[in-house]
Amino acid sequence: MSNSLKDYTCKLLEKNMREDGRKPMDFREISIENNPIKNANGSARVKLGDTEVIVGIKLDVGSPYSDSPESGVLISSAELTPIASVDFEPGPPRERAIELARVTDRAIRESKVIDFNKLCITPKEKIWMVFLDIYPINDDGNLFDAAVIGAVAALYNTVFPKYDEKEEKVLHKELTKTKLPLSCKPIMCTFYKIEDKYILDANAREKSISDCRVSIGTLDKKTVCAMQKGGEGTVTSEEILDLISEAFKRGDEVRKLIK
Amino acid sequence: MGGTGGPDKLIVNGKRLDSRKLDELRPLTIKAGTIPNAEGSCELQMGETKVIAAVYGPKEVLPRHLEESDRAYLSAYYDMAAFSTTDRCRPGPDRRSKEIAKVMRDALAASIILEKYPRTSIAVYVEVINANAGTRCAAITAAAVALADAGIEMRDMPIGVAGGKADDTVILDLDNQEDNFGQADVPLAILPRTKEISLLQMDGHLTKDEIKTIFSMCSKASDNIQKAQKEALLAKYGREKNE
Amino acid sequence: MILENKMTNKVIVKDREIVIPGDILAEGLDYLPSGRAFRDKDKLYASSMGLVNIKGRVIKVIPLAGKYLPAEMDAVIGTIVSTGKHGWQVNINAPTKADLNILDASNSYIDKRRAKPSDFFQKGDIAFAGVDKISENGYVSITMKGGMYKKLIGGVTISISPTKIPRVIGKQGSMIKTLKDKSKCDILVGQNGIVWMKGEPEMLFKLTKAIKLIEKESHTSGLTERITKLLGGKK
Repeated sequence: MSNSLKDYTCKLLEKNMREDGRKPMDFREISIENNPIKNANGSARVKLGDTEVIVGIKLDVGSPYSDSPESGVLISSAELTPIASVDFEPGPPRERAIELARVTDRAIRESKVIDFNKLCITPKEKIWMVFLDIYPINDDGNLFDAAVIGAVAALYNTVFPKYDEKEEKVLHKELTKTKLPLSCKPIMCTFYKIEDKYILDANAREKSISDCRVSIGTLDKKTVCAMQKGGEGTVTSEEILDLISEAFKRGDEVRKLIK
Repeated sequence: MGGTGGPDKLIVNGKRLDSRKLDELRPLTIKAGTIPNAEGSCELQMGETKVIAAVYGPKEVLPRHLEESDRAYLSAYYDMAAFSTTDRCRPGPDRRSKEIAKVMRDALAASIILEKYPRTSIAVYVEVINANAGTRCAAITAAAVALADAGIEMRDMPIGVAGGKADDTVILDLDNQEDNFGQADVPLAILPRTKEISLLQMDGHLTKDEIKTIFSMCSKASDNIQKAQKEALLAKYGREKNE
Repeated sequence: MILENKMTNKVIVKDREIVIPGDILAEGLDYLPSGRAFRDKDKLYASSMGLVNIKGRVIKVIPLAGKYLPAEMDAVIGTIVSTGKHGWQVNINAPTKADLNILDASNSYIDKRRAKPSDFFQKGDIAFAGVDKISENGYVSITMKGGMYKKLIGGVTISISPTKIPRVIGKQGSMIKTLKDKSKCDILVGQNGIVWMKGEPEMLFKLTKAIKLIEKESHTSGLTERITKLLGGKK
């Protein structure tokens, strides 16, 4: 992207404006479709402007890790399928997909939204495994925040399949009405730095001229649960503290959109 | 095919378990232009089967050695999302997905006028987001809409449809139960204009007469599927007419 | 079956009808295909999504969708992506990159022995250029020769669907005149779907909105009035 776009964007930012009509700390329009995937135990389809992701949850029974014999597990993965961008090539997950999965995983895991202790069936033997799969449908920047909204919405839609204890088999086609044991709604806010200014929820064009990004996951209006800095530029501690305040405020607005 | 533990009967009084007639398609909805990043795209739902198709190109060929001086290099990708099946599947294409991508590529190549785009590549990507049988047929119908939406020149717009057999009766457009517990499945891609076949697979047991019936059933259905394809494209482009 | 010895000739579609690939346009050898139409035996068919245009015996299908495909004489806006010994590779929003030879880099005479590529263009520079030649295997070369072509300094580019470029220009250039007059910005439009504009940031902001509105709502009436209003001008 040309330097003149960066110039122009900075000039607009000085006047508190962005090319697409937003203010610097605005999200794009957010829409959430609940349970679009019939075969998933829970799912959500999230649009953040033209960025779109589908997140699906599948539950299965497996054995616990030896260091946490009475606790369920979360396994997150992301596939940057080539339908979503000309930059995504078919093939095994590259580092971008792995980062997307891990950042989302951290926001969910560290928020303790899932009560893993309630996912134990028989200590040391059988526990519920929560598979969280992220599929971008169109990448117009900021997949992170869209993925976390999708993940939380999908978790809140999730119901358990029947488990036949005698046969030790999950009956994937028979769904119960029991919901996952959940407690909160972590939200991620990703800020992109352009020169010395920050914008929330950059689209692909803004991202192309940004120097770096900072993702901040919040639980409520006073608790941070995950952070990640990406890109080659640097940030100051004062900036991060300001962004945390912004993430509390903006995160709370988004939180209300999830049922 | 021929699985155990299914329902006693798949056809009762000439009606199927979802109350369809023998030669009736599942409800079909198609939307064109759903992915802004792609040159062409389509979302298709056929009963409970849901697929998303995207076309990128014509664009530069990578790696370069695949470049052809007299026509486009066509690539296809078919994948099932991990949550698309009742038992979670491992993310990423497996051997089955790669085979389907290949037969789909060949089926689409039969219609696309590849010579119009020398030294370029055209990529057709399909993601199955919910699977309930017939995903490769849905993929072809959706891919054709996405190709048209991308303005790619074609001699015809292919459609995908399956015929098969359950309870010794020939049926159209099998759902999961009919596919799992029936006796045969014949996925086809048909060019509605000429009624030529560009994809043919089959498993199960069928007589020559039954195959003939399946061909004629699918050929008839191809006109209805094409109509749905056209309506989807007109919904996106139709308003241009009134300028 | 009796072979008909007399061919029937008839047009099946109406003028300005929208067709999809494979749709029949006409029967008989009297009619000639043009644009995105082709003949198969005695019938004419459409080969892409498009609008039918019937002029006498010629049936043409004008594409409504798709990426920009270069044609000789087109005016395009491109970005320099790499510099080579004899010139540059330019992204013109087409399937493949175009070549710009150093001898074609300016409207003035260029002495090949003395000219250095860096005297003219560097990576990231934007050029308003003409499509010069397209070889049989699809190699595209562009040129800066011809009065109106030039290197574009500063400003920003936005991309819209190339099929909508005629709308941005308008009948006899009426729309582009409105855009220029009301915004007081420099605007150049490439047939490849790239629009370049330069001016005050607030005006560029409004102009971007206006051009996106034209792209989206080109079929609606009263567009010029809405554009004028958006750009904050009086009639």
